[in-house]
Amino acid sequence: MAQKRQIRIGDQYLYARDAEKALREALRVAEAEEREHAAHQEPWIRRYVFSTDHKWIGIQYGVTALSFLLFGFCLMILMRLQLGWPGQAFSVMKVLGENRAPGGVLLPEAYNQLGAMHGTIMVFLAIVPLAVGAFGNYLVPLQIGAPDMAFPKLNMASYWCYLPGGLIMLSSFALKDGTAASGWTSYPPLSDIATRGQTFWLVGMIFLITSSLLGSVNFIVTIVQLRAKGMNFMRLPFFVWAQFVTSFLLLLAFPPLEAAAVLQLMDRVAHTSFFLPSGLVVSGTPLTVAGGGNPLLWQHLFWFLAHPEVYVLILPAMGIVAEVIANNTRKPLWGYRSMVSATIFLGFMSFVVWAHHMFLTGMGTIISSFFQTTTMIISIPSVIILSALFLSLWGGSIRFTTPMMFALAFLPMFGIGGLTGLPLGLAATDIHLHDTYYVIGHFHYVVAPGTIFAMFAGIYYWFPKITGRKLNDFWGRVHFWGSFVCINGIFFPMFIQGLAGISRRLYDGGMQYAHAREVASQTNPFMSMSAIGLLIFQIPFIVNFFWNAFQAMRGKVTVGSNPWEATTLDWAATSSPPLRHGNFEVMPIVRRGPYEYNSPEATNADYLPQNAVVEQPAPVLAPPTAPVVA
Amino acid sequence: MKEFLAQYMPPDYSAHGPQLDSLNAYVHWLMLILFVFWGAYFLFVLWRFNANRNPKANYHGMRSHWSTYSEAGVAIVEAVLLIGFSIPAWYRWTNRPGPETNPLELRIVAEQFAWNAHYPGADGIFGRRDVKLVSSTNPLGLDMTDPHAKDDVVALNQLHLEVNRPAIIHITSKDVIHSFFLPVMRVKQDAIPGMDVAIHFTPVKATGPDDHWEIACAQLCGLGHYRMRGQLTVDTKSGFQAWMKSQVAQNSPAPDTNPVQAATTSSPTTPHV
Repeated sequence: MAQKRQIRIGDQYLYARDAEKALREALRVAEAEEREHAAHQEPWIRRYVFSTDHKWIGIQYGVTALSFLLFGFCLMILMRLQLGWPGQAFSVMKVLGENRAPGGVLLPEAYNQLGAMHGTIMVFLAIVPLAVGAFGNYLVPLQIGAPDMAFPKLNMASYWCYLPGGLIMLSSFALKDGTAASGWTSYPPLSDIATRGQTFWLVGMIFLITSSLLGSVNFIVTIVQLRAKGMNFMRLPFFVWAQFVTSFLLLLAFPPLEAAAVLQLMDRVAHTSFFLPSGLVVSGTPLTVAGGGNPLLWQHLFWFLAHPEVYVLILPAMGIVAEVIANNTRKPLWGYRSMVSATIFLGFMSFVVWAHHMFLTGMGTIISSFFQTTTMIISIPSVIILSALFLSLWGGSIRFTTPMMFALAFLPMFGIGGLTGLPLGLAATDIHLHDTYYVIGHFHYVVAPGTIFAMFAGIYYWFPKITGRKLNDFWGRVHFWGSFVCINGIFFPMFIQGLAGISRRLYDGGMQYAHAREVASQTNPFMSMSAIGLLIFQIPFIVNFFWNAFQAMRGKVTVGSNPWEATTLDWAATSSPPLRHGNFEVMPIVRRGPYEYNSPEATNADYLPQNAVVEQPAPVLAPPTAPVVA
Repeated sequence: MKEFLAQYMPPDYSAHGPQLDSLNAYVHWLMLILFVFWGAYFLFVLWRFNANRNPKANYHGMRSHWSTYSEAGVAIVEAVLLIGFSIPAWYRWTNRPGPETNPLELRIVAEQFAWNAHYPGADGIFGRRDVKLVSSTNPLGLDMTDPHAKDDVVALNQLHLEVNRPAIIHITSKDVIHSFFLPVMRVKQDAIPGMDVAIHFTPVKATGPDDHWEIACAQLCGLGHYRMRGQLTVDTKSGFQAWMKSQVAQNSPAPDTNPVQAATTSSPTTPHV
């Protein structure tokens, strides 16, 4: 038996193997301290521009996406002015320039540009980045108890693909012949033969899709790998589950659209004919292209993305609403398990319903039956989630805070959006309603008073966490009630217009058509007034938001780390505003599910944070294995 | 409900239309019932479980599982609507009537921003078409050397059909995707270049003197999308024959000299290539 030799380190004698271990640990600690120190010395540009901190990236995403949201909203105001009072001159229209609105009268081609850009900006530049990029980035690591995202640099790259994509998209407004004008769906051949703006649209989309792909990989790895000790999957807040499924949707659905965008780009710049059939005659002249392509291929690729995309828009919103409802009813969510299963099922089903957007492309009975059936099936998990949220209110002690108002309004508004999907999902009733304002009303109810209201709920709810200040409650209520009334004034009449057979994307709102003229002239001015009202009621929010953000920047923090008395880790284990580097003073250990409000276990408060210790003292942590090195 | 919705909808003058409108009414019943039920529940809960009225929340919340049954109920109703109504209606919509019904067969060729109706004429066979022959006077590029083309009738923005006679319409497009929409017939079909999709329906009422029935475009097709409209006329049997005769006479010297042509296609979009 070999003699073990001891080595003296500082004032301790250790065996060689232990000494080596201790030295290695000491080196690691020293290096970490050095890194920490270096991090505090980060140059300004690494801290605020090319940051790798998930919270700062979340704020970057949030501010950028809210700016795009406002921009897309302003485009809508211009469109509504034209729809409400077709052909009238408005001085505000002159911002579009003489070539789009000579003398303040919008031209048809400019209307199409506004429509295409409104849709694209709202979906790809505003809602998705806000729901996933901002809320997801900021909250997922905090809620699962992770120090940061799994790949901080990938996270930074994701934002820096998103911003250029958006800027490319916007820069097409400066083109003489204008932006893309073929709708947010960009159906070829119209988009193939459109002006240069469409090329900008495609290049912008390629950047945006890349950004989403980078982000989604990061979310999946983070949620799988970086959960805190004790945070098993059934203890994840519902918001994290929603983000998890959303990330899979983004990861699996976006590549087909990226491929399709590249193909369309090739059609436009390299004169291929992926989407152009032979024998096209455009304005009397045969088109000199190879031909042999198929315009329906684009639609399949596009909707293979764009239907899962609908759930990308809605799932994070449901996640936010679930958090706010649990907190403000002071009780656990009803049916957490079935909500999680329904969300996963919804994710799978969302990949097999896409062709219900294409019932009228000449579909036979068998294929249409398949897609109608899947569409009816996918309505069931949505019903389950929404019912669970409704039932969660039963027995609660409901606090009508501003975030709760928005979250509550989400429920019936999303309900209208979901229910009006039924006659569109059944192919037979879709014949009359397809491509009419009924469709516009349907998906706007899902996304505007649905998702956007949920986003507002989230902003009012997490603003104190991000800044250390609550938004003003009175102006929050003004914002809520004004928006709630006006937004219904815009979208509800759309169902009447749709039943009347008024097609979407009409420059004059249907005034040319005998069957549409009467209904259009009765409803459009009212809807446009509501839109202007909605714009006015956003002003209190914008002022409220910037005033408080500014105050917080001056260091005027007014709330503690858990002002809503919430249970999830984002509130329980971090300060407000959270630490800049690393999220937690002490890495939390999770001991229970996410919504233990009014739990029988709790003794002194009506809520029990996920990491709180009850009765037994905290388990004695093993002392550091490495000895202190002098 | 059907009558309630009908006051907002265009009149319905096709044989298959009432079936679609009935289904639409049933679906709206389902929507209304669900919305009113959940809405009432919602308002009650907001009142009953307000923090002032109910200062301490119940940890367990709702114990009953009636919602599971209600969800199963919704699923069953949806299945009935789907299997009992929508799929049969779609089968009827896509299954073409046989020759014994003596259908009127024609072709609609959409272009920016007009509808060309192409009737095969007395021989019942469409003339050969060639894109090289397309010109302002020959929008479809009909090859007049083809004997079948000689009796063909091409009308611009005018669709004439015969009452109570099934019409089979082959729909295609010359340039971009349009969507052929007859609101009063409950008919809609995308017009896709490179594809020929045949639809069929039977008008059951002839156009009266005060009726303005239209062909609308439902798919964004460019800057003139909002004014891409044609006129639908459903004639009696004799009226249809008289119209056909007048068209043949008009067409005989040169194919299609419809004066409307110049006016409606005067704003072309320039292809970028």
